[in-house]
Amino acid sequence: MTDITASSLPVAAPPARRDIGLKKRYAAEARFRMYGIAAITFGLVFLAIMLGTIISKGHTAFWQTTVTLPVTFDPTLIDPQNKRESDPSVLIKANYDKLAQQALISKLGIDAKSKPEVAKLKGFLSDSARIQLRDMLVANPALMGQTVTVPILASANIDSAFKGQVDLTVPEARRKVKDQQITWMNQLAAEGTLAEKFNTGLFTYGASSRPETSGVGVAIVGSLYMMAIVLVLALLVGVAASIYLEEFAAKNRLTDLIEVNINNLAAVPSIVFGLLGLAVFINFLGMPRSAAIVGGITLSLMTLPTIIIATRAALAAVPPSIRQAALGLGASKMQMVFHHVLPLAMPGILTGTIIGLARALGETAPLLLIGMVAFVANYPATPFDPATALPVQIYMWANEAERAFVERMSGAIIILLVFLMAMNLTAIVLRRKFERRW
Amino acid sequence: MNVMNEQKIEEAVKARMTAGTNEVIKMRGDKVTVHYGEKQALFDVDILIRENQVTALIGPSGCGKSTFLRSLNRMNDTIAGCRVGGKITLDNEDIYDRAIDVVELRARVGMVFQKPNPFPKSIYENVAYGPRIHGLTRSKADLDEVVEKSLQKAALWNEVKDRLHDAGTGLSGGQQQRLCIARAIAVSPEVILMDEPCSALDPIATARVEELIDELKQNYTIVIVTHSMQQAARVSQRTAMFHLGYLVEEGPTEKMFTNPDEKRTQDYITGRFG
Repeated sequence: MTDITASSLPVAAPPARRDIGLKKRYAAEARFRMYGIAAITFGLVFLAIMLGTIISKGHTAFWQTTVTLPVTFDPTLIDPQNKRESDPSVLIKANYDKLAQQALISKLGIDAKSKPEVAKLKGFLSDSARIQLRDMLVANPALMGQTVTVPILASANIDSAFKGQVDLTVPEARRKVKDQQITWMNQLAAEGTLAEKFNTGLFTYGASSRPETSGVGVAIVGSLYMMAIVLVLALLVGVAASIYLEEFAAKNRLTDLIEVNINNLAAVPSIVFGLLGLAVFINFLGMPRSAAIVGGITLSLMTLPTIIIATRAALAAVPPSIRQAALGLGASKMQMVFHHVLPLAMPGILTGTIIGLARALGETAPLLLIGMVAFVANYPATPFDPATALPVQIYMWANEAERAFVERMSGAIIILLVFLMAMNLTAIVLRRKFERRW
Repeated sequence: MNVMNEQKIEEAVKARMTAGTNEVIKMRGDKVTVHYGEKQALFDVDILIRENQVTALIGPSGCGKSTFLRSLNRMNDTIAGCRVGGKITLDNEDIYDRAIDVVELRARVGMVFQKPNPFPKSIYENVAYGPRIHGLTRSKADLDEVVEKSLQKAALWNEVKDRLHDAGTGLSGGQQQRLCIARAIAVSPEVILMDEPCSALDPIATARVEELIDELKQNYTIVIVTHSMQQAARVSQRTAMFHLGYLVEEGPTEKMFTNPDEKRTQDYITGRFG
């Protein structure tokens, strides 16, 4: 080696700078980034507006104005002829409205003989007070003659007024809530007798013409029945169909045609599935109208293509090397599929299924056609009983005029959204949990 | 570079100038043709595969050597549009005969692939899978023994005996390939097909797998596809040269590398084409 040091070597002179359009390229990239950010912002703003509106309108539905009154089960009012020993129906038929009214009168300190004042009390408490007090006494006849503190629902109008949703500047004659009632309401609220309580009724009540006693209980049960039916039917049929199509079926014109049709089915409007359900299950097979079983089967048909497409994609994504490894060891095709391919495809299948289920949960149109848009006050004991569904309940409340129903509609939307978010979260968690690298 | 190659090859060939005398035919290809749809990939291949020997299949890319290997255990069946003609026998039975079940055939003719492809399961489960599906063991203790023996034969036991229940995919590339060999051995096959088993491995891992192949030939008949001339020279007793879908020449490895009959073989081995 020679003794040339680094410093003694000549340094290459830089060539003349070429214009390779760097500025333009970076500008294009910066522009593209900006478009992207603008698009995302646009989407986020609308999402925020939507959620903000729903939550600001709906959060009050989770609170209900309740009046806590000492009610005296006065035998002279309930059973003036003292026949209840011989005729138990007296307890059912008695005028319980009067009991609640008496309790309110004594609480407010009104002269019970002043007719116009007593008349103004009408519509202060919910009509449900009658049923509530009756059920109490029937369940426990020993209450007769005693005074019990009972939380009674305020009527929907008082509830709206108490939540500040009634415009009090409107002339009294054009309002449902009278000035005297507002005064009483404020008087009771100052005493602590009238207050907002968490509205458990929203989750337990069924349909009702009185907003304060209507809830999504029946709708949730109906939706759960349908989800269970969809899960069982669509998952089993869908996964079986996809495995057969993807792994076993010969690739020929017929299977191509089937594949194209499945993809088309996924794009068919849901109302068409509703018509199919009406024609086939109700008119032809004579299944019960308004029942969760028909809704569930109809929604299963609608969800099937989604599940099949997701499952086939998940199966196709399993690397061929795993299939070859299994076949090379002498596994039969079925063993290959069930021991290796299916477990690896599971996260994709589950994600597809949950997304399909979530879509089915929010579906309204097909249910309208098979008669699930019905006034159902009683819980369905089986999937064959009349029921309704969450989105249909929202639809029905949206058609009501009263302010209190609008509030409940928004509340129901929040409940539905919480369910959907929970399902999507489950999908993400499952995918993370089962995801394997190879 | 070529000179060095030749020297290495010659050394390797000389080192194994020990031709077996009492040779037995394990598999035989008789006018084997393979079509992929319209395209013919293999033309009238006649070949004998001798028991307890390593047969190397060499040739440039796309010459049909992997296709031929895969037709030996009917892995070609899984490719749509693939047709095999002619006759391939295992112990003088036609493996494409209706009487032969493909699952049973693959239990007798195992395969190791180019890229290590362990199942995404534990090391133990990888090896135990074959015996389990074929019902080869009667008890858990039996199965444990088969797993241990297979891993020992694949020279992997000492490295993994303390972590049998760790994921097989967590091993290094060379270990994964030996795991795949152990998995193939566990079903006690008669023939093991290896499709470029070392192409994804570094030289040290390659050396270990080659040593292993040399030991395995005492119990198994091995057919190996390789792109490395040195590897063919080091591990095989017989070499078959494929080109453009034809079997150019087949013979004892030492003869193929020193004095081949065909000029094409000579040219390929010395690196003049391919």
